[in-house]
Amino acid sequence: MSILVIGEHDNSSLRPSTLNVVSAAKELGDSIDVLVAGSDCQGAAQEAATITGIARVLAADELALADGLAENLAPLIQSLAENYTHVLAPATTYGKNLLPRAAALLDVQQISDISGIESPDTFVRPIYAGNAMATVRSGDALKLITVRTTSFEAAEQTGSAPVEPVSGSVDAQLSTFAGEELTRSERPELTTADIIVSGGRGMQSSENFAMLEALADKLGAAVGASRAAVDAGYVPNDYQVGQTGKVVAPSLYIAVGISGAIQHLAGMKDSKIIVAINKDEEAPIFQVADYGWVVDLFEAIPQLDAALEATAR
Amino acid sequence: MKVLVPIKRVIDANIKVRVKADHSGVELSNVKMAMNPFCEIAVEEAIRLREAGTAEEVVVVAVGPSQSQETLRTGLAMGADRAILVETDPIPEPLAIAKLLKAVAEKENPGMIILGKQAIDGDNNQTGQMLAGLLNWSIGSFVSNLEVAGSSVKVTREVDGGLENIELVAPAVITVDLRLNEPRYASLPNIMKAKKKPLETHTPEDLGVDVSPRLEVLQVVEPAARAAGVLVTSADELVDKLRNEAKVI
Ligand SMILES: Cc1cc2nc3c(=O)[nH]c(=O)nc-3n(C[C@H](O)[C@H](O)[C@H](O)COP(=O)(O)OP(=O)(O)OC[C@H]3O[C@@H](n4cnc5c(N)ncnc54)[C@H](O)[C@@H]3O)c2cc1C
Ligand SMILES: Cc1cc2nc3c(=O)[nH]c(=O)nc-3n(C[C@H](O)[C@H](O)[C@H](O)COP(=O)(O)OP(=O)(O)OC[C@H]3O[C@@H](n4cnc5c(N)ncnc54)[C@H](O)[C@@H]3O)c2cc1C
Repeated sequence: MSILVIGEHDNSSLRPSTLNVVSAAKELGDSIDVLVAGSDCQGAAQEAATITGIARVLAADELALADGLAENLAPLIQSLAENYTHVLAPATTYGKNLLPRAAALLDVQQISDISGIESPDTFVRPIYAGNAMATVRSGDALKLITVRTTSFEAAEQTGSAPVEPVSGSVDAQLSTFAGEELTRSERPELTTADIIVSGGRGMQSSENFAMLEALADKLGAAVGASRAAVDAGYVPNDYQVGQTGKVVAPSLYIAVGISGAIQHLAGMKDSKIIVAINKDEEAPIFQVADYGWVVDLFEAIPQLDAALEATAR
Repeated sequence: MKVLVPIKRVIDANIKVRVKADHSGVELSNVKMAMNPFCEIAVEEAIRLREAGTAEEVVVVAVGPSQSQETLRTGLAMGADRAILVETDPIPEPLAIAKLLKAVAEKENPGMIILGKQAIDGDNNQTGQMLAGLLNWSIGSFVSNLEVAGSSVKVTREVDGGLENIELVAPAVITVDLRLNEPRYASLPNIMKAKKKPLETHTPEDLGVDVSPRLEVLQVVEPAARAAGVLVTSADELVDKLRNEAKVI
């Protein structure tokens, strides 16, 4: 097996999702290359070179690749793919946007969002918001796969693989990047955080979310939200956890004022420990909670704050 | 400009699916079906483009068994002008769907194709991106805002880090995210009117597309269940359990 991992990065540094994908690749075989395609992306390429157990980093450094536009990147993946049995990308918005286009160019039926690997051609993936797990075998000679990052450990970074330049992108001139509004936060990132405090419609306002943020800071946690909280404008879109938002699996997930709709559970039910704080004892969130507390959240959060304070070590 | 909107018939989003006892799939007989929620958003956006005078015609397309006509009628009742059914049973894989949609697009010559970002059954999140690749068109995926300005389309995309703006050269493929709009309900008179709107049918054969599957589903099982939890009654108790029992803080 020879595997190409599509590295996700912002040119200067590598995104942690790449590390999880490399771990998935290691279950398939031990000849693993990581592609870092960008512009002025030596920083990201050097960081990729430290991933333990990879053979090479392929660095494609071209202006047309600066912003990760699928129209320019997919032809590069298409031309590199002939050297590999598998091409893997993270099932993040980056990978989901890019890989199906490359798959279409290669006439391959992609396998999306795998959470397990049974053999080099057989994979497990969640369907129906994680209410069913399908085992699928691919008959395509080449496999293109997006990987659910929370299902695979992050690979270590103790290596020093060679970085080799590659070319082959096109400037399709079909789209141009016109700016971004990224959420800046000192808190850990949702998809890699060890602890997440998440709020739902029960929070009632963005002002009240500040309470959760203070709690999160005490715990060194990231802040997440249900779709209802995002739709109501309490928090930005990138906070959304769920079937159609982010999938997370921290060691501790604290759901506050979230009812536990299947679409929300799809994004967090693989967390190690789940705490539910909700005033409705019938709320479905309690069915997946390890610890449930039936209480008004506006009483509970200050008390939890105080209890953490009192027992802080 | 003509807008093509591929829509899919799926299990209703409010229904908890059950895995079949023989592990061949999920139970689909006698369950409520509906238009995929993301497709409703796609139809709504296309109708708004027509209402704004940017689009002249909205054509909904479904790939699937004859029951998909119900979904097409729903799209027509929302306000689409015509419908196309590409009749297949079962629904093929995303690559084959994208090839069928490409064949339809080549007949229809739309200026834009708007899809859902994801179908809530297969959860593949592939079809639109593949279609754009096959057509060699620009792609705006996971779109939460869309503006047509002459021959370019400005979109805002919901990405993991926040929002991203890109400008697409038309014709473009768009896949829509949840916050693009709030889809309308079809009124009773419009449901009646929809019954008379044109619906044409094609087959993969007459479109010249091979839809044979590349994937084989070996089994479908329930996910591992979580063990039952306990209720706590105070913050101190919760903190104690998290610290000393679960050891997660
Ligand atoms: C196509 C589609 C995709 C979707 N994708 C997602 C997704 O990715 N992520 C997602 O989260 N949802 C998603 N949803 C929406 C989902 O179905 C639910 O509507 C949503 O998760 C509900 O959010 P909520 O739990 O915050 O709100 P609600 O269901 O309204 O629940 C609020 C909860 O707060 C509790 N509460 C209220 N006040 C208090 C108080 N003072 N103290 C304590 N508890 C209180 C209530 O008891 C209630 O249980 C999707 C839906 C569709 C149709
Ligand atoms: C062997 C096998 C058997 C299967 N059998 C069945 C079955 O019997 N019944 C079943 O429902 N599913 C079945 N599936 C699943 C079905 O193939 C997938 O749902 C399909 O591949 C599309 O994936 P998706 O809907 O997740 O696509 P996504 O890429 O997530 O869909 C995104 C968007 O593409 C458009 N789109 C997707 N599908 C269609 C469509 N059919 N028509 C028009 N527009 C569309 C919509 O705009 C949608 O919002 C089967 C899959 C396999 C592999």
